[in-house]
Parts: sequence; structure tokens; C-alpha cells
Amino acid sequence: MSVGVGVSLLGTFIILRRMALVGDALSHVALPGIALASIYKFNPFIGAVALLLFAVLAITFLERHSNLPIDALVGVFFTASLGIGALLSPSSESLLEALFGDIRDLNIIDAEIAVVVGVLVVVATLILFRDFTHLTLSRELAHSEGVAVERTELIFLFLLAIMIAIGIRIIGTLLIGALVIIPASVAKNISVSLRGMAVISVIVGIVTVVVGSTIAASFQLVPGPVITVVAAVFFLLSLLVRRS
Amino acid sequence: MKLVEVKDLSVTIGKTTVLDHLSFTVEEGDVIAIIGPNGAGKTMLLRTLLGTIPYEGKITWHKVPVIGYVPQRFHFDHTFPLTVEELFLMKKGGPSFWLPADDLRSDIKKALSHTEVENLAQRKIGDLSSGQMQRVFIAYGLFGSPELLLFDEPTAGIDIGAEMNVYSLLKEIAQELNLTMLLVSHELSVVYTYAKKVICLNKTIACFGEPKKVLTPEQLQSLYGVGADFYRHDH
Repeated sequence: MSVGVGVSLLGTFIILRRMALVGDALSHVALPGIALASIYKFNPFIGAVALLLFAVLAITFLERHSNLPIDALVGVFFTASLGIGALLSPSSESLLEALFGDIRDLNIIDAEIAVVVGVLVVVATLILFRDFTHLTLSRELAHSEGVAVERTELIFLFLLAIMIAIGIRIIGTLLIGALVIIPASVAKNISVSLRGMAVISVIVGIVTVVVGSTIAASFQLVPGPVITVVAAVFFLLSLLVRRS
Repeated sequence: MKLVEVKDLSVTIGKTTVLDHLSFTVEEGDVIAIIGPNGAGKTMLLRTLLGTIPYEGKITWHKVPVIGYVPQRFHFDHTFPLTVEELFLMKKGGPSFWLPADDLRSDIKKALSHTEVENLAQRKIGDLSSGQMQRVFIAYGLFGSPELLLFDEPTAGIDIGAEMNVYSLLKEIAQELNLTMLLVSHELSVVYTYAKKVICLNKTIACFGEPKKVLTPEQLQSLYGVGADFYRHDH
């Protein structure tokens, strides 16, 4: 649930920055780290976080020193990492496992990590809400308002990377992608202000997780896909509300 | 008192030099107009002072001012669900963004009333016309007790009648609060009426000083090329 709140709040900015699929692409960047972890027998979460942080720093550096937009740079890292990860991975089965975690495999430690990370993402996003908004709206205006643009950009990508690392190993890339993108998209469809969008996104994130998990438990289904489908239903409803 | 000293400032974008060894000093309370032909580097100079453009040379701030900035054109995603009131609340930051006090909301309305757009407070900025947007941004630039105003053609897109009102307002506020203002303008009448000093820019500084002294017909012709018209307001 805390991950749901965290990602749906951060998702507000991901949607507004038109980076919806950047998170998905970034998730593949972790693959070589996970492959190395499986070869050298260390915790894959550490491998994933290390590679993601390296990629985030490299992307930020290249964005400043090249003319390429951030999505193109993520694309370069995504494809290169997928190639390297595929070459390093011991088997295609472990590659699939690395890409699609399962919430049912969640043990106590993983759950605690997810809660702590979720809370940290929420707190950091609330503290930096103004700076993230400025950055999303206009870098030039952000500069004039005294926002440390480069540092804020880095923190934003750092939060995104941490969240993706959690997604990969703990609740699954599919579910984390859905929770980042869909509640914020629902909120954007029906909100009339930025504050409204952030609040609605979080509420939809919570309701989606609760309703999806309950349905999955009742019918003994895998929770991730059910939560994703519930989120998609909310999205369809929001389109109807918007039209009316 | 000096606010900022600029010495040998140069900006190069790719292989093109857009500002070439500029040197000038801005005193507190100065109202300086920046004029020059298209591509002269006027906007670039403001953006360099804002700190968004890498440069060579030296910019020395004797005091770090609160800056009110109004860009010439404001590029943003028009589907961004930010209301005019939220834009102003972002200047304040902190918890007031989420639950603004009544005092703050009435301050925002008052700021918007300077440019007669107080009725737009709850509208999304993406739904505004370009003229409404420019009025909102002028009010935004003046909000939050700025000490230095950087205005890049602030009345672009505003109808002529309102344009002079805006400049009168800017002059009044600048005098009342002893603000320093750097203003890009194409209107020479505005320069003569409202500016204490003028910077003639064409990648380098062609002239700097009081408009009536430095804006000679010869100077304007050399700045804008043959055929530049000259009309002096003797106020």
C-alpha cells in the first residue's frame, strides 16, 4: 500500500513530464546488475539498484552534455543493457524472473523494504513537490525561482530508480508500471488543478491496490495482473467522467 | 549601490558567439532597457543573468536579489493542470501550497488585479489566451517582493491600450519599491519614457547610458541598419 501511495504520487510528475514509458524502459537497465548478482551470488536487489543509479547518473550527465532528450538517452541505455543482460544471464528463465517479480513471493524483509521505500518516496515527493512542479513546468522559470534544477532532476530520477528497483524484485515490473502510470492518468483526466491531480492519483492508487488485492484473494488469482486490470477499469471510468 | 557587475561576458552556443565581451554595471534602482535587432542576444543576456546559460567572463552579484522574471514566450505543456492560483502558490512553497491561508489568497488576487486578471485565479494556465497569459505572468513577476525584475518584452501579445498601462504600472512599482529592472523592449517610446538607462545590444554593447544622450539617429541606424526609423519623445 505504501508503495502504491509513493508511486502514484511520483507518477503525477512522470505523467506530466510525458515519461510514462521511461520507467518501464529503465527497469531493463537493471538486468546486467541482476545477471551479475546471479553469477557472483550476491543480492540481486543490490545489483539492480547499483546499475540503475549508474544509469541515472550517466543519463543526467549525458543530458547536460549532449543535445539528446532524456527519453532517447534512456532508450540507448535500455537497449544496451537488455543486450548485455541477455548475454550475462545464465538462462532465459532467470531473465524472465528478473523482469517479472511476483508479489506472492514477498517475504517479511522484502515487505519491510517496500514499506520503507514507499514512505521515503512519499516524504521526498511532498518535500520537493514545488521544485518538481517547477522543473516539470519550465526549467527556465525554475531557475528564476531559485530551484537547483540539476540537483532536483537528479533526485527525481533517483526516486524513480529506487522505485523501479523495488518493482523489479518485489512487486513486479508490470504492477509498478501500472501503479506509476494509471492512477496519475486517471487523475489527470478528471482533475481541475495540480493539487487535485496529486490527491486523486494517490486515492486511486490506494483504492486500486485494495480492490485488486481483495478480488485476487477472493478468486485465488495472481494479484499483480488483477490490480492492473482494476486500474485500467478506473481509467475507462475516468474517460467517461471527463466526457460528461 | 552596485547590484551586479558584468565583465567580459561572452556566450557561445555551438560555434556561434551570441554575446561577445559585454561589460556593464547595474546599480540598485536602475531601470534599464535592452534594445537591439532580432538575434542581438537580448533574451540570451537575461537568461545568462538568470543563471540558465553557461558563459565566460565574470558576473559579480553584490547582493543576491529575489528575481521576478517574465519570459518573452512561455513554453509549457498546455495540458498541465496547474491553476493560476497554484502558479502563484508555488512561489511561496511549503505547506501553504496545499492549504493556502485566506491572507495569501487575497494577496494573490491583489497581485492579479495589477494587470486586471483577478477573475482568472481558478483557471488552468493552459486554458488562457496568450494575452491573458502574459498579464498573469507580469503579475507573477511582481508577486513575492522581488528586488530585481527581468522582463523580456513583457507586453508581447497584449493589446496596445493595455500596454502603456502595464509600463506605467511597472514604473510606478519600480519607483515605489526601489526595484531594479532590466527590460527588453522593441518600443523606443517605451525606452524614452520609462528607462533611466539603455543598453544597445548587437552581440556586443553598441551603447550604454541615458537614452536621450546615447540614442542618436546615427547610433540607431548602425544598430538596426539602414532604414531604421527614429522618433524621439521629448518628455
